[in-house]
Amino acid sequence: MKERLEALRTEALEALQQVTDPGALNELRIKYLGKKGGLTEILRGMGGLSAEERPVIGQVGNEVRGAIEAAIDELQERFQREETESRLRAETIDVTLPGKAPLSGAVHPLNKVAQELEDVFIGMGYTIAEGPEVEEDYYNFEALNLPKNHPARDMQDSFYITDEILMRTHTSPVQVRTMKQMNGKPVKVICPGKVYRRDDDDATHSFQFNQIEGLVIDKNIRMSDLKGTLLQFVQQMFGQQAQIRLRPSFFPFTEPSAEVDVTCVQCQGHGCRMCKQTGWLEILGCGMVHPRVLEMGGYDPEEVSGFAFGMGVERIALLKYGIDDIRHFYANDLRFLNQFARM
Amino acid sequence: MNVSYKWLNEYVDLSGLSPEEIAERMTRGGIEIDRVESRNQGVTGVVVGYVKSKEKHPDADKLNVCKVDVGTDEELQIVCGAANVDSGQHVPVAVVGAKLPGGMNIKRAKLRGVESQGMICSAKELGLPDKLLPREQQEGILVLPADLKLGTPITEVLGLEDAILELDLTPNRSDCLSMLGAAYEVAALTGLDVKLPESRIIDTAEQASDYVSVAIEAEEQCHHYSARYIKGVKIAPSPLWLQNRLVAAGVRPINNIVDITNYVMLEYGQPLHAFDADLVSGGRIVVRMAHDGEILQTLDDQERKLDSSMLVITDGEQPIALAGVMGGASSEVSADTVNILLESARFDGGTVRKTSRQLGLRSESSARFEKGVDPERVLLALDRAAGLMAQLAGGLVAEGVVQAGEVGAEPAVVSVALAKINRYLGTTLSGLEVKTIFGRLGFAFEVAADDVFEVSVPTRRGDITRDVDLIEEVARLYGYDNIPTTPIEGASTPGSLTVPQAIRRELRKRLTNAGLHEAISYSFTSPAQTDLFPDLAEQVRPVRLAMPMSEDRSVLRTSLLPQLLEIAAYNRNRKNDNVTVFEIGSVFHTDEETLTRLPHEKHRLAGLLTGSRRQSQWNVKAEAVDFYDAKGLLEEIFRLLGVQNSIRYEAAAPTHYHPGRTAAVLLETGRGYERIGFVGQLHPEQQRDLDLQDTYLFELELGQLYDAADAAIVYKALPRFPASGRDIAVVVDRTVQAGALTAAIAETAGELLESVEVFDIYTGEKLGAEKKSVALSLIYRHSERTLTDEEVTELHGKVVAQLEESFGAELRK
Repeated sequence: MKERLEALRTEALEALQQVTDPGALNELRIKYLGKKGGLTEILRGMGGLSAEERPVIGQVGNEVRGAIEAAIDELQERFQREETESRLRAETIDVTLPGKAPLSGAVHPLNKVAQELEDVFIGMGYTIAEGPEVEEDYYNFEALNLPKNHPARDMQDSFYITDEILMRTHTSPVQVRTMKQMNGKPVKVICPGKVYRRDDDDATHSFQFNQIEGLVIDKNIRMSDLKGTLLQFVQQMFGQQAQIRLRPSFFPFTEPSAEVDVTCVQCQGHGCRMCKQTGWLEILGCGMVHPRVLEMGGYDPEEVSGFAFGMGVERIALLKYGIDDIRHFYANDLRFLNQFARM
Repeated sequence: MNVSYKWLNEYVDLSGLSPEEIAERMTRGGIEIDRVESRNQGVTGVVVGYVKSKEKHPDADKLNVCKVDVGTDEELQIVCGAANVDSGQHVPVAVVGAKLPGGMNIKRAKLRGVESQGMICSAKELGLPDKLLPREQQEGILVLPADLKLGTPITEVLGLEDAILELDLTPNRSDCLSMLGAAYEVAALTGLDVKLPESRIIDTAEQASDYVSVAIEAEEQCHHYSARYIKGVKIAPSPLWLQNRLVAAGVRPINNIVDITNYVMLEYGQPLHAFDADLVSGGRIVVRMAHDGEILQTLDDQERKLDSSMLVITDGEQPIALAGVMGGASSEVSADTVNILLESARFDGGTVRKTSRQLGLRSESSARFEKGVDPERVLLALDRAAGLMAQLAGGLVAEGVVQAGEVGAEPAVVSVALAKINRYLGTTLSGLEVKTIFGRLGFAFEVAADDVFEVSVPTRRGDITRDVDLIEEVARLYGYDNIPTTPIEGASTPGSLTVPQAIRRELRKRLTNAGLHEAISYSFTSPAQTDLFPDLAEQVRPVRLAMPMSEDRSVLRTSLLPQLLEIAAYNRNRKNDNVTVFEIGSVFHTDEETLTRLPHEKHRLAGLLTGSRRQSQWNVKAEAVDFYDAKGLLEEIFRLLGVQNSIRYEAAAPTHYHPGRTAAVLLETGRGYERIGFVGQLHPEQQRDLDLQDTYLFELELGQLYDAADAAIVYKALPRFPASGRDIAVVVDRTVQAGALTAAIAETAGELLESVEVFDIYTGEKLGAEKKSVALSLIYRHSERTLTDEEVTELHGKVVAQLEESFGAELRK
């Protein structure tokens, strides 16, 4: 019996050496180790052995089983390894091909800039007010110290609908509406929105454009506060190195009034084509709220004072992105819009 | 206003200050100088010469050979082609080596075989602007006065060694529409003194009142009218120095009398008018409102039809001038004029402005009256001009000024306290500093108790009426740069967006993440566009501009969709067929023929999808967008706003939408379900007209959504008990809407139904053309316990029975 076992071992190990695929391996396992396999077959004859022989043969049987099993396991592992390797080989792809682009659109650059401007002011404690784009002459002009036939009305050529109703020429009427609504209480708002002025369209002019204006009214608001506010704003918008420069100017609704230049964003003030070698770019107008405007808004100019400022969103966007023609904003060419689909 | 640096020097001593320095200081002081331009456009080596003889060129009909003396020993031979050249003339001569504007260099040359040692120049060749040249100088060579020294540089003769400062004036600083005004400004900025011009009038025996009478019949429109009578003038060209100054200021010289009125207007800012006194019947001046329909021929030879809002100067009968705007042709000064009636008046700015706008007629005069002239200068300018007419045109000035109305030249007294100045500006100025500033401005003042400055504002500064106006003067002369930079004092306030603003930002974020680009289009459009999509508003009457720039932009948009279609077409024309865009903006509706109140201005969201959903790629096939892409965006938006359970879709067929592929969107509000928009395909005919592929649109009113939006997220506990799912497929008529099936299921199953979803729609021959199979997945769940199989089966059985009953549904096995 021992010889039969040894012979089985030799036969099995030899057979296993010839195996090349997992299916054949499994067949051999059944053939030698299965319930009806060769080993079981031989060991079934153990019943006829003596009590002394039985443990000896049993041990041999176990050794044979162990040896065959070990050989099978080894093969099995090898097959698995090979299978994995071949699978990896088969699954190899060209990683340099482009990935699937997720859908992505873009917020319009004018709104992108407007939102950025709004956020800066929100961070400075401003709320946002809005008003109608079709306005009454009263809110657009008269309550802003621009009575009918005032020569300063020429500064803003308007689209009238009737004698008393027009397309707003600035977002200042929202300031007037805000003052009336606040009813004498302090004001700190910005007013973004579309405005309309009769203007021949060219690379720097558009009859429709966007403005953001600000208004602050409280006790003891000073012109130095206006300067401080604007400096804080431009540094947040254009970087800490940005400085401002005020030049006296005229707006009917402010006194004193000023135009504000900011350090050129392109050359940082050294002088370049964009700033016409001056180092400065004009970006906004501002001033102390005219006492007439305060009075008409329901405030006592002896009690409170205020400042106001305003800027064109297109102008800031042109500067910020280096866009050469304002008309791009309204053509809505996807090749243009798509350039703003990023941080 | 163009200010000549040399001329300005007459009133303020500018030595040591270059034109550029003046420009910088004025700009920083609030008078913006657009540019500083040299009057010399590149002339060197051109001198005064004398034409001693002229002979015909032997080989050219149109050329002359001139012998010219330019004050040197050598006589020059110059070939000249100008028709007006003649012996005995003084002319500008560009000698060999001279340079002319445009880069021309003068060299020794032979013209048709005859040597030429230079060139006799025209005014144009010297770089003088064509439109400012007197008529006689526009053609041929420039003939100079005979009293010039030969060899004098022409740049000196024509005043070209000068710079022009172009002032870009704000409406409040009309005082700088005069040389004197500019001089006062420069003086204030530099601390220099102003030297005023002199008016010399030599007494005569004649009395002006014997020749002229003045009456004002419209006192509100004409505050003051003054006139002088100048006898025996000789009309001639003005002396060169005067012409040079006019040209420098951009005014064309005409003749000595007209030039003097223009010169004094430029000097004082006070417009003047010279009538030919013999053509003013009876020397009568009556200022009155025009009669409706009255006709006046103005100096530019145009017939003007007047109305009763316009102020005219008449001779008691006929209008002879449009007050403050332009004179009349009938009394124009001409070569034959001998006697002058000189007008200096103060007309109401608003009246002049209205008249000039109404007639589309603007002049140097109207530009000044509109903004208000200095009352004090009405008589000063009158005397100055009369004096010059005596001096330069040989006239005799009759004794006395004939006038009516009020001079009104009392300086206003405006007070401001030092404390208020410092409180307003955030400065710490001393009383002395403020005194110095007012002194430099030439403002007289007294200091009352508590450092209150009582300032007598000169009448030339009509813009200063309140304390803040004085504060601005202090600020700009102190220097805006010197005002400190401070933070606002007091409690800080929290900043925030309003709910609608926050919603619009979320919509932008969500839609761009879904691949759409945001567009912004014009609010003005054509009337045809406003007719395209009328169904979303009950009262669509577009708002029309009174004076549109073009018919294409003559009305306010009533829908956002037409412009989105334009954007699709625009991009298609640029080889981009795949367009997915949205816009958030206002539309404008009214129910009025003529607006008496503001129109309804509604915020809307609109979107357009056409072409492929995404770009095709090596591993992605292009798939055309369809209705459900558009609807999916809306569903996403409604989920975002927390209103998804208050929305219903109903098949609809609004104008220019595909009648079989469009839904009305309804929102449940406190007033029941309200239609807030449409989603659907553009009508195929429209698509064909616009050459677009299948195009899907949506447009929503945002107003109701702002109100309905629910920002509060309320957490719902995760289910603790298992769900039980049942799938069914039912065959129904093709016309049965899936929405009706799911609604019926929800209604029948009640609270135990967690969800029902359509997961397949099948049509095919097996079912017949009129049928479809709808596969639905139902999930049942109880929140407190596990449902038994029997319970679910029973409930589901009811659902199926209901479908069979209501829709004739057949359960597909």
